[in-house]
Amino acid sequence: MEYFVQQLVNGLTLGSIYGLIAIGYTMVYGIIGMINFAHGDIFMLGGFAALIVFLLLTSVFAGLPVVLLLLVMIAAAMLTASLWNWTIEKVAYRPLRGSFRLAPLITAIGMSIALSNFIQVTQGPRNKPIPPLVSSVYNVFGISISLKQLIIMVLTVILLTTFWYIVNKTSLGRAQRATEQDRKMAALLGIDVDRTISVTFIMGASLAAVAGTMYLMYYGVTVFTDGFIPGVKAFTAAVLGGIGSLPGAVLGGLLIGLIESLWSAYFTIDYKDVATFSILAIVLIFKPSGILGRPEVEKV
Amino acid sequence: MTNIANTSERAGGNLTAQALREGFYAGVISLGLFVLFVGLETTQNIRNELVINQRWGLLAIFVIVAAVGRFLSVAYLRPWAAARKASAAARPVDEEVSFFKRNFSKIAIVALLVYPPLMVMLFGVQGSLKWVDNFGIQILIYVMLAWGLNIVVGLAGLLDLGYVAFYAVGAYSYALLSQQFGFSFWVLLPLAGILAAFWGMILGFPVLRLKGDYLAIVTLAFGEIIRLVLINWTEVTKGTFGVSGIPKASVFGIWSFDVSAPNNFAKAFDLPMSSAYYKIFLFYLILALALLTAYVTIKLRRMPIGRAWEALREDEIACRSLGINTVTTKLTAFSIGAMFGGFAGSFFAVRQGFVSPESFVFLESAIILAIVVLGGMGSLVGIAIAAAVMVGGTELLREMTFLKAVFGPDFTPELYRMLIFGIAMVVVMVWKPRGFVGSREPTAFLKERKAVSGSFTKEGHG
Repeated sequence: MEYFVQQLVNGLTLGSIYGLIAIGYTMVYGIIGMINFAHGDIFMLGGFAALIVFLLLTSVFAGLPVVLLLLVMIAAAMLTASLWNWTIEKVAYRPLRGSFRLAPLITAIGMSIALSNFIQVTQGPRNKPIPPLVSSVYNVFGISISLKQLIIMVLTVILLTTFWYIVNKTSLGRAQRATEQDRKMAALLGIDVDRTISVTFIMGASLAAVAGTMYLMYYGVTVFTDGFIPGVKAFTAAVLGGIGSLPGAVLGGLLIGLIESLWSAYFTIDYKDVATFSILAIVLIFKPSGILGRPEVEKV
Repeated sequence: MTNIANTSERAGGNLTAQALREGFYAGVISLGLFVLFVGLETTQNIRNELVINQRWGLLAIFVIVAAVGRFLSVAYLRPWAAARKASAAARPVDEEVSFFKRNFSKIAIVALLVYPPLMVMLFGVQGSLKWVDNFGIQILIYVMLAWGLNIVVGLAGLLDLGYVAFYAVGAYSYALLSQQFGFSFWVLLPLAGILAAFWGMILGFPVLRLKGDYLAIVTLAFGEIIRLVLINWTEVTKGTFGVSGIPKASVFGIWSFDVSAPNNFAKAFDLPMSSAYYKIFLFYLILALALLTAYVTIKLRRMPIGRAWEALREDEIACRSLGINTVTTKLTAFSIGAMFGGFAGSFFAVRQGFVSPESFVFLESAIILAIVVLGGMGSLVGIAIAAAVMVGGTELLREMTFLKAVFGPDFTPELYRMLIFGIAMVVVMVWKPRGFVGSREPTAFLKERKAVSGSFTKEGHG
């Protein structure tokens, strides 16, 4: 039982990270109907920005408090990743908005290849390990919860609350929801559609950057190929929860994290990615609208 | 008149100011983009700790290039492009197509047939190896794969991101069956195709209901599952170590390319021993396979099944209401496309003599799909050109040793291969979303054949 709860905790931690990435996929898909294939690489880019800022800070000011260090890392990662995603949207996706459906997907795949190889070229192909930032572990009823896991879960909850507030209560969020429902009508009613889409990309990227920083802190290592597998898993999470639905993305992320850690704990660790991919295929085949998504009605 | 001169002058002044402003913004943005990744580098020191390396000079180059590039593009390139477009629109379209253009495919096939002897003549038997193998065979494999995928994506409009799985099935079928049972290449080539087609069917069945992006993601998942199984099923596939020592192909069993064999090709013709003959043989083999793919594609397009594929691509609902069985149509597209992937896979195994899961990553699927899309989806010539440009271009990068003189001796152009490939994918897509050959000849027509611009046809709705 304790073993099971322990795996639950691990799964929820991993799931929080997937959930944060999945929100970026689900929002972009909701608003312009494209799979932003490069989103996983934005997550990786955020992790690298955090890594570089960490090294910079520790080499310049030794003995900085960890809280401050983490906050600066997260802020730098969010800024950099947002700027990248904003630029990419403007340069690569916007000119293709009226084009046929495959075009943005192909561009996004090209962008994903370009981003990961850009990091490989500028930062080198090797694994980048960092010393552990926080190492305390608490023991609650025989289950060990590390401070890292607590930070990840608490931060996820804070971000999701803020995010939920922005989307549901502010005029910006209203503009986003309106653009999602009908882009042309929203434009006619005076909503700056281009700006709204840009903001969506920025929001997605900042959440992915936080996830990237958490991932770096949790595993203590990052590498330029780190965007692909977490990216596909987060996309699976978005689909599982129902693409276009924000609570769905988080729910999907948590489920994928749980499935992954329980699978590794009770079956073989070798096939854990096969399990995730099979879930993706099964969900898409039998319930393409996901758990919380609305079924798509086909108009002729 | 003076009025017009005035406005254009004012526009010119505005343009420079605007270009300066945009150039400045571009500089600031690129500073933000690159400051962490280019300005600073993380490297391991002797004690294996990560340390920061500063590269502010390189960062300055990046920022200046971005700012100046943006300035030039706004101030000069854009007005020039607009003027050119206007003059091109005013000029009547010349009807006469040149002899070269009309007979392009025939000329290309003849050129490919004489390519290996020409290379042998130019660079000698040993020197031709690089040109025949790295350029000829490498490009032709991608041409064949792209033509195979074209049946699924270009003709039937089903977006497949896991095509490399069938390539893997073909390669592993040849590698394992030839080692276990000692079958020859000529027996296993059709068998590999059939096995791959069978897998295409298995994959096709569950995804029949899916469309567009979702179909793409599920096929991606299938491709990854096959690769992960190849990695983890170590008893059969030897995992990441791969299968090595795969037997060579022979010329229909008449001549062999094994050095010790009595019927060795070089011995039979009293030629000096060289691996170049085998490569030249492989070149003709893959050329024949690729041309077979093209021939079958062209023939199928004229048959009811090909018409059904194209109808399916244009509009699935209309297709179904006209009584076309979409299930069999989709399944045949998947399995025939997969079959050619299987052929290419067994050829790949024979050429490398070694297969490992490393060769069948998602990136390969992305490259093949990129070639199909950049080639203009459905156009065989366009796809061949795209393959030559994208694969040949990245291969050419390996040859550019003169770049070392410019960027210093540490400069390795191969490192930039995939970076440039990715950027090229984005640039070509933004610049020409319809691919290099953006128009399509209809196969069914009333009285007169009219070329339709690519923008009037739909894809990817599968």
